[in-house]
Amino acid sequence: MPKFSSLAISNPADLRFGVAPKPLHTRRGMTIGGGIVYPELNFTLPPMFVNETTMTEVKRQYQEIIDGALHRAVELEAPGLVIEFETLPPMTENPSWGIDIAKILLDAMEKAHTQHGLKSVLRMTPNDTREMDRPPVMRSGLLWERMLETFEGSAAAGAELLSIESVGGKEVHDDALMTGDISSVIFSQCVMGVRDMRFLWTALDKIAKQYGVHCAGDTACGFGNTAMVLAEQRMIPRVFAAVVRAISAVRTLVGYECGCVGPGKDCGYENVILKAITGFPMAMEGKTSACAHLSPLGNIAAATCDTWSNESVQNIKLLGGMAPTVYVEQLIYDCRLMNQALADGRDASLMYQKWMVNSDAALDPQAYVLSPASAITLAQAIVNAPDYYSAGKNVALAAIKLLSEGYKNGQVKISELELPWLDNMRETIEELPAAEGVFIDQMMAIVETDKFVPKDYDL
Amino acid sequence: MNELQELSVAVEKGNRKEAARLTQVLLDAGVPPMEIVETGLVPAMSVVGEKFKNNQVFVPEMLIAARAMKEAMGIIQPLLTAAGIKPKYTAIIGTVQGDLHDIGKNLVAMMLKGANFNVIDVGTNVPPEKFIAAVKEHNAQLVGLSALLTTTMPAMKTTVDAMRAAGLSTVRIMIGGAPITQQFANEIGADGYSPDAASAVDLATKLVAA
Repeated sequence: MPKFSSLAISNPADLRFGVAPKPLHTRRGMTIGGGIVYPELNFTLPPMFVNETTMTEVKRQYQEIIDGALHRAVELEAPGLVIEFETLPPMTENPSWGIDIAKILLDAMEKAHTQHGLKSVLRMTPNDTREMDRPPVMRSGLLWERMLETFEGSAAAGAELLSIESVGGKEVHDDALMTGDISSVIFSQCVMGVRDMRFLWTALDKIAKQYGVHCAGDTACGFGNTAMVLAEQRMIPRVFAAVVRAISAVRTLVGYECGCVGPGKDCGYENVILKAITGFPMAMEGKTSACAHLSPLGNIAAATCDTWSNESVQNIKLLGGMAPTVYVEQLIYDCRLMNQALADGRDASLMYQKWMVNSDAALDPQAYVLSPASAITLAQAIVNAPDYYSAGKNVALAAIKLLSEGYKNGQVKISELELPWLDNMRETIEELPAAEGVFIDQMMAIVETDKFVPKDYDL
Repeated sequence: MNELQELSVAVEKGNRKEAARLTQVLLDAGVPPMEIVETGLVPAMSVVGEKFKNNQVFVPEMLIAARAMKEAMGIIQPLLTAAGIKPKYTAIIGTVQGDLHDIGKNLVAMMLKGANFNVIDVGTNVPPEKFIAAVKEHNAQLVGLSALLTTTMPAMKTTVDAMRAAGLSTVRIMIGGAPITQQFANEIGADGYSPDAASAVDLATKLVAA
């Protein structure tokens, strides 16, 4: 049963960047959500194979990345820095590789702290390699064991924040997006996804407690962000992607019910809803993640962030320097602005937030549903529900209502081609059964059950 | 409007039942199966493909049309098979080794089927030898490789090199995916690059006809 039955933040003016009711303290003295927004740098390799033969070069690349980023952070007097190491699949399939690279990063961060006083913390994000099997085996097997080993070894080495972009439910979600089927989206995320989230994060919480680190958070990246990117490519309607985003908050929330304390992972654009519900700090990404993917949420995503991220940038040479170094500079400057606004007081930060929100919200339904005011409406719809399935229906209907009314009032642009989708989705959801058990029976007769292992989802 | 045109409209609108009914009507009237395919079904998907390229429909609507075509093909295919008539071209499509992304690949497969290619989808995380085996088994003229990660792009080169080393020099290879560029295609010796699913069919048609 859901754990959060009320909102930690119910006033949009309290849902803002840099401030969270339940801030997180790190070993080196950062307080995330305690009045300062920190830059969060994420990076990846240039096009190259990752195997035993290339591992020396792989490690050299990461050494170069971290040295450059920390050096620039020191030069720009960053108040602190979150480093996210998102592994590539071979590094999770071979845990020692991922753990060795984590140690390279941690050693450099320790040196920067000792020599220059730079505060930093490592977020370790192994891949959810369970999806390498078809159908994915979600609760056992070598892939699962090696994933846990990567988490454990990294936590033991000093990675304080544990995250992942988990894939439970994705087996049927891609088809749901391609067919524009909102029922299947709800089934994927609010029946399958929530069950896997509980299983996964219960296991990760044990590891975190064992090593005195934190489960930070998960995202519905393969769900909400896939929808967002498809909408950006005009493959699916933006209103559909907006409703998918709202539903994804139900799935992501389960991580926080199982021990996650934030900062929620950067690619969870639904994090604004989670912050309103949980009060935990959140990482966000927007315009500075254009290096990884485009989005209609470039400014509004910063409106409630506690760390500000770039999603992922390859280690390639730009005119200004290596790309990760260039991006850490951009993040630091963005954070400086937000921190200056915070330092100037509540009214100043609310004014800056207003610009972030208003510059995006009217132009895309996906932005409109993620304004602080909209997020609180959606958050309330979730916590008012007695179970995850009802929460999925509730939040979807709430998002559709926000968009319909926003369009009527001239507050959000929706194309003529997309408008019928609002009514279609509403009618579909309103016709869904009240009882989850009946819904599950219906959906199991419709979805391709050979694409997933039902017992791994208690189905 | 004659029944072939009505069939096209039914497919464009995604009306499966009507597509099936009209297909049977046409067959009963003695219209050759291949004529139904080439004059009724493929043009319908071509119209839908153009609408998609022009942002007039979304993928779900395109899929609905594809399903209507599939419904019609379900009636026609046994007749074509019995007569030994196969699609002129066969394409093997897959995501390269190490990469699990498949949405783009699935879309291209669907659009190639709509253009009456025989499409063999070998899935994701596909090693070069599996592509080679599929080409040989199905006598394919075209291979489509997909990759979404910069770290799996090198697997495209490995696959191209392996195919050429296996003597498949006449097979056309097209590539696509978010990090892919025409320059990369040129560098690795691929025959073509498609920036999106919508233009993939045009490219595929051009490559196999060359």
